[in-house]
Amino acid sequence: MINWTSWLDYGFMRNALLAILIITPLFALLGTMIVNKKMAYFSDALGHSALTGIAVGVVFGMQDTTISMVIFAIAFAMLLNKISSRNTASTDTIISVFSSCSVAIGLAILSAGGNFSKYSAILVGDILSITTQEIWYLVAIFVSTILFWILGFNYLNAISIHRTVAKSKQIPVKLMDNLFAVLVALIVMLSIKWVGILIINALLILPAASARNISANMREYHLFSLIFSVFSGVVGLVVSYYTNVATGPMIVIIASVIYFATYLYGRRK
Amino acid sequence: MKLKKIIETCGFHCIKINNLGVSFGEQVVLKDVNLHIHCGSLNAIIGKNGAGKSTLVRAILKDVPTKGNIEYRDTKNGKMKDLKIGYVPQSINIEKNTPLSVYDLIASFAYHYPVFLPKNKRIYEEIKTHLETFEAADLIDKQVCNLSGGQLQRVLLSMAIMDKPKLLLLDEPVSGIDKNGMELFYKTISYLKSHYDLAIILISHDLEYVKQYADHVVLLDQTVLKQGTVKEVFESPEFASVFATETVDKWIKEG
Repeated sequence: MINWTSWLDYGFMRNALLAILIITPLFALLGTMIVNKKMAYFSDALGHSALTGIAVGVVFGMQDTTISMVIFAIAFAMLLNKISSRNTASTDTIISVFSSCSVAIGLAILSAGGNFSKYSAILVGDILSITTQEIWYLVAIFVSTILFWILGFNYLNAISIHRTVAKSKQIPVKLMDNLFAVLVALIVMLSIKWVGILIINALLILPAASARNISANMREYHLFSLIFSVFSGVVGLVVSYYTNVATGPMIVIIASVIYFATYLYGRRK
Repeated sequence: MKLKKIIETCGFHCIKINNLGVSFGEQVVLKDVNLHIHCGSLNAIIGKNGAGKSTLVRAILKDVPTKGNIEYRDTKNGKMKDLKIGYVPQSINIEKNTPLSVYDLIASFAYHYPVFLPKNKRIYEEIKTHLETFEAADLIDKQVCNLSGGQLQRVLLSMAIMDKPKLLLLDEPVSGIDKNGMELFYKTISYLKSHYDLAIILISHDLEYVKQYADHVVLLDQTVLKQGTVKEVFESPEFASVFATETVDKWIKEG
């Protein structure tokens, strides 16, 4: 007989649970706007740029590569924003080019001297290794995101519906675009160690995309996105403990199942 | 149509657009556009595709860098004020299944109370009152992506005039609205014109309706080719040359 609470006996599991309870609601909120603004490519590229950020830190001999990662990601996000606002060529192509280029540079630097295995953990992430102090960082960003969301969501939503109309209503379009990009960059970078480069975008997009399948207004959209995100996070953690599978991929598998279920349900409606 | 707030046009405000110019890099899209717009008048901008009509809209909204200036004057005492503009676009970026109700749409643009929180009763009632003006109050809980072209246009119109603008800038809808809908659209804006204290600039693609409803017509092609009453513009040689070539273009394309 399996003891269903035995996993909570371990400190690292309790920390992991706390981290998931903070990260998944954040991802659920941001995801709603990333999907609205069709920025899936953008956040994906941002996730990949983490490798370059680490590489930059290594080159400059930094102890803590999180700082170089965050700085690089913010610069990268602003650059992508600037490029896509000048719609000269199709945005997804440009973003892909920049993303592959930065990943290549990152990989080239990190693999120099055959040392890449040291960094490969960041590809899948390891939520079980999170420390109490790192959880406090997440709490800080959680609180600021909630505040930003309360103050700025209407603006972001209006801009995603029609930029020029938003402008005619005196909404600071460019400023909000940049603030949002910076926020996404920050959150992606601060959680990428636990979630992993390969699956972070799935966690951002899947809950919101699933909620979109079955929601008729913004309240339902947010509520379902939150529920799906937290549910896949917690269930993914528990299942990964009992099946001995990496946590991140397990969460994504559950989130994907929810997506397909809501897709089928939404079509029937 | 039952419009509630009836404010008579005062006839003292006017909007002057002086030497307006827009260039994107080397390419000059608009130059030396001079317009004088009186409140209580419906001004139609016409011209062929690529004449700079939508750029003019963006220039008036300061969405693109421009040369020249726009003045808003009260001729009674000559004072300048900030010009409040209501803008109705041709369409908005809403695809199928977007979780956005009419309440969400309007509240996002006009209020700070976050739309992801439970509906705010006061805001809900206020929006409903505004929608009533255009007989659209029953649409408030509908999903925006399920509205017909005409319904969406009415919702966007009520949103545009909510904060009592002095200039209403309209991009005439081109698709999704049938003949009755167009008729209703034009009737509504001429009603607005005579019952609200505002001037209207309408980018139009339909010369028949312009003929019927406009007070002032502006023929645009990079600059103002001809402006005046419907009769003056429609019978001018400039009008004939612009729209003659367009029919030929059309004939070549379809031939």
